[in-house]
Amino acid sequence: MTPIEPLQLTRKDFVSDQTVRWCPGCGDYAILSQIQKTMPQLGVPKENIVFISGIGCSSRFPYYMDTYGIHSIHGRAPTLATGLKIANPELSVWVITGDGDGLSIGGNHLVHACRRNIDINIILFNNRIYGLTKGQYSPTSPQGFRSKTSPMGTLEQPLNPVSVALASEATFIARTIDVIPKHMGGIFLKADQHKGISFVEVMQNCVIFNPGTWHEYSDRKTRDDHDLYLEDGKPMIFGKNKDKGVIWRRNGLEVVTLGDQYTENDLLVHDVSSIEIAWLLSRLQYPMPLGVILDITKPTYDLGLWHQVEVAKDQKGEGDLETLFNNADTWIVE
Amino acid sequence: MKEEHHAVVKEVDSVVIRFAGDSGDGMQLTGTQFTNTAAIIGNDISTFPDYPAEIRAPAGTIAGVSGFQVHLSDSDIWTPGDSPDVLIAMNPAALKASLPDMEPGATIIVNSDAFTQANLDKAGCETNPLAAGDKTLRDYRVIQAPISSLNRTAVQDIEGLSPKDRDRSRNFFALGLVYWMYDRPIDNTVEWAKKKFAKYPAVVEANIRALQAGYNFGNTTEAFQTRYRIKRAKLPPGTYRKINGNEAVAMGLVTVAKKAGKPLFYGSYPITPASDILHALSPLRNFDVLTFQAEDEIAAMGSTIGAAFGGALAVTGTSGPGIALKSEAMNLALMLELPIVIIDVQRGGPSTGLPTKVEQADLLQVMYGRNGESPMPVLAPSTPAECFDFTLEAFRFALRTMSPVILLTDGYLANSAEPWRIPDPEDIPPIIVEHPTEFNGDGRFLPYKRDPETMGRPWAIAGTPKLEHRLGGLEKSPEFGNVSYVPDHHQQMVNERAEKVARLADVIPEQTVFGPEEGDLLVVGWGSTYGAIHAAVRQAHNKGYSVAHAHIRYLNPFPRNLGDILKRYDRILVPELNMGQLAFILRGTYLLPVIPMDKVKGRPFKISELSEKIEELLAGDAS
Repeated sequence: MTPIEPLQLTRKDFVSDQTVRWCPGCGDYAILSQIQKTMPQLGVPKENIVFISGIGCSSRFPYYMDTYGIHSIHGRAPTLATGLKIANPELSVWVITGDGDGLSIGGNHLVHACRRNIDINIILFNNRIYGLTKGQYSPTSPQGFRSKTSPMGTLEQPLNPVSVALASEATFIARTIDVIPKHMGGIFLKADQHKGISFVEVMQNCVIFNPGTWHEYSDRKTRDDHDLYLEDGKPMIFGKNKDKGVIWRRNGLEVVTLGDQYTENDLLVHDVSSIEIAWLLSRLQYPMPLGVILDITKPTYDLGLWHQVEVAKDQKGEGDLETLFNNADTWIVE
Repeated sequence: MKEEHHAVVKEVDSVVIRFAGDSGDGMQLTGTQFTNTAAIIGNDISTFPDYPAEIRAPAGTIAGVSGFQVHLSDSDIWTPGDSPDVLIAMNPAALKASLPDMEPGATIIVNSDAFTQANLDKAGCETNPLAAGDKTLRDYRVIQAPISSLNRTAVQDIEGLSPKDRDRSRNFFALGLVYWMYDRPIDNTVEWAKKKFAKYPAVVEANIRALQAGYNFGNTTEAFQTRYRIKRAKLPPGTYRKINGNEAVAMGLVTVAKKAGKPLFYGSYPITPASDILHALSPLRNFDVLTFQAEDEIAAMGSTIGAAFGGALAVTGTSGPGIALKSEAMNLALMLELPIVIIDVQRGGPSTGLPTKVEQADLLQVMYGRNGESPMPVLAPSTPAECFDFTLEAFRFALRTMSPVILLTDGYLANSAEPWRIPDPEDIPPIIVEHPTEFNGDGRFLPYKRDPETMGRPWAIAGTPKLEHRLGGLEKSPEFGNVSYVPDHHQQMVNERAEKVARLADVIPEQTVFGPEEGDLLVVGWGSTYGAIHAAVRQAHNKGYSVAHAHIRYLNPFPRNLGDILKRYDRILVPELNMGQLAFILRGTYLLPVIPMDKVKGRPFKISELSEKIEELLAGDAS
């Protein structure tokens, strides 16, 4: 749909009349605010934007956006988003999910939405805890994590959301963090610009049940020495003094200090089109890679399906009921 | 084909033929070909394919028997027949599996080559029923035909045919023989084989030769003294085709979309016996049919909700186990109030149950199997052809109520075929779909402001300027649709969702009755049992019993006059392929004593079973 007049929307146009009911200090506020700020930059008429969520704290999100939205059921948001995008490929469809919603109860749907490369954006808020149900460990909680349901420590290995997306053949994968609004905003915009599935993990803090879970990556004092801001075509440098970097050695990634032994030229250069680099980055915890990890182009499901409609019409002509009804052995009774 | 008839041709009213063999023997194909030919000639037909869940169960065993029964007649017929007049048994297992259904005097044609000790053992036969002096088949007219060896001889010199391919055509030998017995031409099947195997001339040749050899065998064997001929049936004028329930549903869906001028979205996960709907729709992209093979049943349901929010005509199809998985998402559709049609092709349950067999045991599941107060309209067509009409009806209901609507068919309706008088698309009224584009409240859009007559809400779809709104599974305030836990709001919304379904009774046709308007006994059925009940009630009626038949197609809500009808009979018999589910609902709704008649054997009712029950109830009442 071509807008009749240039879009002059602002953040306010995307604020709904509903009171936001997250806990004070919740990381979700910052994410909501950034998404509301990002929306006017999409260049999409407001009526063509849809937010779909499942169940969980993060999933209240659509109520706070003055766009079309569905607060659906636990884990199933990608399925609704898929049906909606097929029905109308012009829509900008956003799935808001969490670590429990997206990787536990809805893990199957996340995997299949990714592999179909349907052109929707999945934003996964990862706070490594079940918040709405009041503090049980989640599929991303670290092994040994103590919670109401794991008083002696969880026995399970955590899932790595980026690795899951990568193994599921996602074509755009990024990670960002709730405490760096500008970074978040930039990632959301790139996610929408990507044609095909966009998967974004947002490291998010639950102030009540898992405060400080990403502390070393989010605290102003420590984060510069723990976060790696990825840029396509640039060497992987990080640290408050830009004195550390990531190199490839002995079948893996290693952190080195720049100086006499290593210079920028020795560092691994990020390439968003490399699935191999994306895989290495997905396994890296120190430093934590933030930014676009993978961005490749493949045919999308939604346009592919409508293309088949066009091809079928070209080959067989517009469907005709009389022909369809009579497409069998027929006989006449007089 | 040149031939000299030595056999007499006798005219008969109707015949029931069953083709039975291993599931790899091509019995479904054989039966289908015979049916097509009969239908084209103008007989009324009714078929019953009965096949195992395993694609190839161990060859030669009872578990692997695949059967196809067809009933041909020169007048209206209601069922595929209680018991075959003619059985074609390709091996001992097929014979053994079918014998319990056979009446004395019936004709049995066996492939005598297959009656080896090994096959007899696999079928669990203690004796060889073909052995001299064996009494197993003494009540039947048995024709032993060495089908395998005769067929091998007929096709042996075809070049490029493997020994396996040679034997594969033996089902066509049997088909040729039956064509001869019933005085049918083989041409139609010959043409089919030429098209089907166009790339494999050797296979075409083998099939044609097998057919001819079978036909000639009938002609030259002394065993066959009589041939039979069934006249054309007197059906209402028109152009006809053969149709089964799944085909009818698929065509109904395409028709709805075409008549509404909208794309059809069909999100489904493969499941027996519903998959054929997905198969039928997938090649119809040129009708704007968007089929989506979901990753699971839940995703299939979820995708239809999204598609409906985007303005497509959204449908999912499944069977009982799929409904169980979809239930939470069905409830979401109910809360969001979006028009969606959910097709449940019932099969034997519980759990995986009997995937390929018929049962009507999902009624209570679709009526009451969800959390909370969750009324959904439920429709149940009673014949394959009716599946077409009720698919349209289901959509009309979904659009009127803005609610998910359940269309209950079953494995028997899905796979059985009957003649269908092809409608003129021009005669089918358009389906009107309205999407609001303007505010309906004071300077704003109220997504849950209801139509005062239908109680449906406006179907505003994503992409409509100014009408941005949020829907969700949480309870909401009336009209505004904002999340609300206010006690009175919940009560009101529950009431409204029930009321709009109840008001469908305003447009549901009155229940009709076959037979006297009042009397000793009313037989009440629903779904695929129609034919058998109708035939049994007719028989009893003709014998002078005061008995009538009411077949309910609208299960929720019921037709308004149903209660009055039920009260006009002394007794109510409710035959069902479950353990009394409709009976339970009728008792609860109308506080009437009803007599359930239950059957859960994975097979339809026989007319005789119903007749016996009716006569038992009315013993001594005949006037």
